[in-house]
Amino acid sequence: MRTSSAILPWVARLAILSLAVGLIWGFFFTPDDYRQGSTVKIIYLHVPSATMAINIWAMMLVTSLIWVVRRHHVSVLAAKAAAPIGATMTLIALATGAIWGQPMWGSWWEWDPRLTAFLILFLFYLGYMALWAAIDNPDAAADLTSILCLVGSVFAVISRYAINFWNQGLHQGASLSLDAEENISDVFWQPLVISLVGFGLLFVTLLLIRTRTEIRARRLMALKQRERLG
Amino acid sequence: MRALLARDLLLAMRSGGGFGLSLAFFLIVTTLVPFGVGPQTELLARIAPGILWVGALLACLLSLDRLFQLDFEDGSLDLLAVSPLPMEGVVATKAFAHWITTGLPLTLSAPLFGVLLNLPAPGYVWLLASLAIGTPALSMIGAFGASITVGLKRGGLLLSLLVLPLYVPTLIFGSETVRRAIDDQSFSAPLAMLAGITLLACATLPFASAAAIRINLR
Amino acid sequence: MPELGPYAGEVLSAYAVAFGLLGALVIVSLWKSARVRRALDEIEARREPRRNG
Repeated sequence: MRTSSAILPWVARLAILSLAVGLIWGFFFTPDDYRQGSTVKIIYLHVPSATMAINIWAMMLVTSLIWVVRRHHVSVLAAKAAAPIGATMTLIALATGAIWGQPMWGSWWEWDPRLTAFLILFLFYLGYMALWAAIDNPDAAADLTSILCLVGSVFAVISRYAINFWNQGLHQGASLSLDAEENISDVFWQPLVISLVGFGLLFVTLLLIRTRTEIRARRLMALKQRERLG
Repeated sequence: MRALLARDLLLAMRSGGGFGLSLAFFLIVTTLVPFGVGPQTELLARIAPGILWVGALLACLLSLDRLFQLDFEDGSLDLLAVSPLPMEGVVATKAFAHWITTGLPLTLSAPLFGVLLNLPAPGYVWLLASLAIGTPALSMIGAFGASITVGLKRGGLLLSLLVLPLYVPTLIFGSETVRRAIDDQSFSAPLAMLAGITLLACATLPFASAAAIRINLR
Repeated sequence: MPELGPYAGEVLSAYAVAFGLLGALVIVSLWKSARVRRALDEIEARREPRRNG
């Protein structure tokens, strides 16, 4: 706890700084895209949140594995703490994706593979959080949610291929797909990277805060039990 | 294990809530859809594969929370845990019993319901085939979900929330197989993927489910 | 405010939604942290006099 106390204020400040720089730069000081007009400015929210949504699930997978193998309490509490952050990021990705897509594709929602995959990811997050909330015994909850995360991850990968198979999708045609052939010019790329870093640091900040809360809550529960038993 | 299977099948038949209920539910869903989307035959014919698959999936979901619940409540699950039978075997047997009482009847009756939805002719045999291959996955994945939520009071809704996203790949490949067969396109890819998912589920989920049950019995 | 043109509504609402959700997340996280901290301090204060006495 002491290390996290020491670094938390610094991570928080860095997060705010990089978010501010990235978003202000992107919003105010970049030109419009010749095809998408000013909606390209949504990229500074959509891409970082989508990236974080996936990365946070990956982090939960790793920390759940660490719990299963080494029974390291902080590890599983970190996974528990990360889930709502990941769910929020997924929601932001979905909302900004839909808002961005509306003028580009003409409809608020399309069952495009990327958006659909994120919708399923959101359901996975919800299930994980619901399971934590439903189980009273903390160690049982930790074990069961870890198993769910592991099995869910396998199915998430399978689902990605299934969803791509199910719908070839609009993302291919539209220029929202970044990792593919589209070469984003530096003009957009630089503030995007800074925003990405900002979102990542924001995640770390919130993770530290939430995990410390979980650790304290555990201690609180233990002390309450001891009080009750006299 | 055969004794366990026989016992579970007998219990399901006797309690009456077994396969009759799932079939009735399947019928109700099949009749509700035209009320919801309108009776135009071309529309129904196009969405029939999906509706039949979703109906089968939901009907499977219905009987899942009873899979371990009764044995958990009366202590039989504890007995099974200390018996020489490995918990993985118990889970697999129960999932198999679930398939026999739910998935199999659904599969066999699906063509009949296909008639109600004007399923085009080439679709029938592949509806049967895809359900036959896919419903074991539904039972096994469902057993996994049931093993996680077995201790919980109102586990049913949570069970659905956990299991339905896991059903998505099976649903996609199952209904795609039927659709492509109807459109006279190659459907070997989705069929193979469907079989793959079923095999993967049956090979790996008994272990995860057994671990979950052991945790819940602690 | 830069010249957002015809898509002003979309861009602004996207930013509004994102900030709204992030803001809610931050507020809830901080509030929960403060609440647990307070409860923990209370219960530890109750233990202190016993331990010292």
